[in-house]
Amino acid sequence: MPYKKAEQKFSGKINVCEIGVGDATISIGGENSLPFLGTEGFKTAVGIAISDTTGDWSDCFGTIYGDDLKNPAALAKAAVEKSGADFLLIKLESADPNGADASIESCVATAVAVEAAINVPLVVEGCKNAEKDAKLLEEVAKALEGKNVVLFSAVEDNYKTIGAAGGMAYGQKVSAESAVDINLAKQLNILLTQLGVKSKDIVMDVGTAAAGYGFEYVASTMDRIRLAGLGQNDEALQMPIVTNVSNESWGVKEAVSTLEDAPEWGDQEARGIGMEVTTASACVVGGSNAIIVRHPESAKTIKALVAGIIG
Amino acid sequence: MAVKGLDIFKLTPKTNCKECGFPTCMAFSMKAATGGVPIEKCPYISEESKELLSEATAPPMKSIKVGAGDAEATLGGETVLFRHEKTLVNKNLFAIELSDALSDADVDAAFAKLQKVNYDRIGEMMFVEVVAVRFVADAAKFATLVKKVADAGKIPMIITVDAEVAKAAVAGAGAKAIIMGATKDNAAAMVDVAKAADAVLGVSADGIEALHDLVEEIEKLGYKNLVLNVGEASIKEAYANAVDIRTAAIKGNDRTFGYPSVVFANKLAPANTNLQIALASAFVLRYGSIIVMDEMDFNAALPLFGLRQNIFTDPQKPMRVEPKVYEFNKPTGKDPVLVTVDFALSYFVVAGEIERSKVPAYLAIPDAGGYSVLTAWAAGKFGSTVIANFIKENNVADLTTSRKLILPGKVAVLQGDLAELLPEWEVIVGPNEAMQLPKFLRDLQA
Repeated sequence: MPYKKAEQKFSGKINVCEIGVGDATISIGGENSLPFLGTEGFKTAVGIAISDTTGDWSDCFGTIYGDDLKNPAALAKAAVEKSGADFLLIKLESADPNGADASIESCVATAVAVEAAINVPLVVEGCKNAEKDAKLLEEVAKALEGKNVVLFSAVEDNYKTIGAAGGMAYGQKVSAESAVDINLAKQLNILLTQLGVKSKDIVMDVGTAAAGYGFEYVASTMDRIRLAGLGQNDEALQMPIVTNVSNESWGVKEAVSTLEDAPEWGDQEARGIGMEVTTASACVVGGSNAIIVRHPESAKTIKALVAGIIG
Repeated sequence: MAVKGLDIFKLTPKTNCKECGFPTCMAFSMKAATGGVPIEKCPYISEESKELLSEATAPPMKSIKVGAGDAEATLGGETVLFRHEKTLVNKNLFAIELSDALSDADVDAAFAKLQKVNYDRIGEMMFVEVVAVRFVADAAKFATLVKKVADAGKIPMIITVDAEVAKAAVAGAGAKAIIMGATKDNAAAMVDVAKAADAVLGVSADGIEALHDLVEEIEKLGYKNLVLNVGEASIKEAYANAVDIRTAAIKGNDRTFGYPSVVFANKLAPANTNLQIALASAFVLRYGSIIVMDEMDFNAALPLFGLRQNIFTDPQKPMRVEPKVYEFNKPTGKDPVLVTVDFALSYFVVAGEIERSKVPAYLAIPDAGGYSVLTAWAAGKFGSTVIANFIKENNVADLTTSRKLILPGKVAVLQGDLAELLPEWEVIVGPNEAMQLPKFLRDLQA
């Protein structure tokens, strides 16, 4: 018998979400197949991550960026140039009340300066303190009105503020963050839409883990979310997935241990890139529509992977 | 093709002789239809019918054994496309590639690296299982290198399309070596070589239709010990083929494609280590059975072996770490002791944060049934008695002069009981979330 392709036909379709403005606009999502199996060739966007707090970043980033590491706007420009990324994420980590506890005004000023320094769409990540992020991302949304940025991310404890301000009042995109659980992801999407945020203005941050650190939960959560959105046409799970693997990848011992700590493991930078590339690739085939990494080499590698699979 | 119980019943003698262990032929037939008992259990079904039925009731994807002795491994045998549907059963293998064109020094260096990247991760040894040897020009040197691979305890993969070269090399390769292999031009000769040597035959073709035709042809020649090359021409084709082959086998009931796959990541991304790592990662998730790289140093091994270990765990059985006292940041016998459960994810998250804090500490992990903190507590597996007994039985008090014992914030309720059971310890309630540990530990140290 000649070969006959076993087609997996799906009734559902992932939403298209546009971020950025003008020539810099990119759109993510839109596929009606599992990742890369459709005929349309939907492309995973690759983002580069920077932070306003880079003190604990590996030494290799000092070599790559030099003094720009301490200046978010200059760092943003350099990161986009060196990585060729499709968009940029700035993490406003200094806002953390348990850390530097920087004022909202200064963090908003950083976000505005970064936006002005680059010609690609922007994702603004908070400090992961729900209370502070509510105020912070609300003010960021206001200051960057018309720039169509992604507020990264709303959680159950602050979705009302971030959803109302970002998604509705100032016309930004809202990322809904859940911790590697399909039901929590769905619930937050429903809460945001009930609040009045349009589905097409929502992306999902379904969480991640570094490869080897419970990644099976990430892989299965993504598989299930995609199969529910496509196969069961579940509209509450058809938002594009945006995944930032940079913090997890560069936070595990395989990336953190210096050559001195673990001489047998060899070059620290190569280990960090290996961890980031492995984790990012697994997310890309799992269903992330946009993937965010820290090292320019990781960004280039994932772009090459995506280009290769699309052909 | 699914077989109904009645179809099998028709082929039985219908005498209810009970020799199969079932009370009636019908009961046996119903069980056999679900794959619950092999057809061979009935001594009266004709050989011809057995052949027909065992084919029809066999799992959609064959389990193929590769390697001999301690190196033996099983590939394939999967019944689902996604691990959450049931579980994935056989982990993929990783390979590196050598050739007879390498100098002796390069070969020695490659073997030294194979010896070096060999370590334990949560009770599983991590190493490269397969070494591919590509034939370039020197058949004698090629055969010697293949033998060296087998002698080193690795599974040899013989890469040549020349049946004579393969035949000479496989002689020193041990049982169940892999020959890559068969093409449309040499299929009959390669099948003879593989059959004689009890080797696994790799099948390569231009395009998925041609591959399907060639596998059918080889099956007709009587050989079903196969692995399928997903293609080396482009990443696009290799990825699509890997997914389509597995989907055809599992969802399309296409037995011709019910074989494990081989992915040459090194050929898809020549001389680009990071892209090879990216491809290997993608194929761990999407149906690569043997993934070949140029080399496997720690920058590739640490994340890829970790990823594989994650993906091939049974979703119904949580991954556990060994209950014992772990050390972080080189403690010197005067540092605090943290407690958490043996659920691997909890352990990793807590371990990662302690490392990030750079504060020397001990982490005590009692046997908590492999559950997360709250689940284990609710199930009575992580109560004050369990923790107190563990601290006493492991003589934790002799390890450190510190008497600070830090509980997960989520089981703060245990503090009182535990303080009574361990009067010499100061039981401290730690943070609710592991990410707050670095600050907590630094404050504690101050």
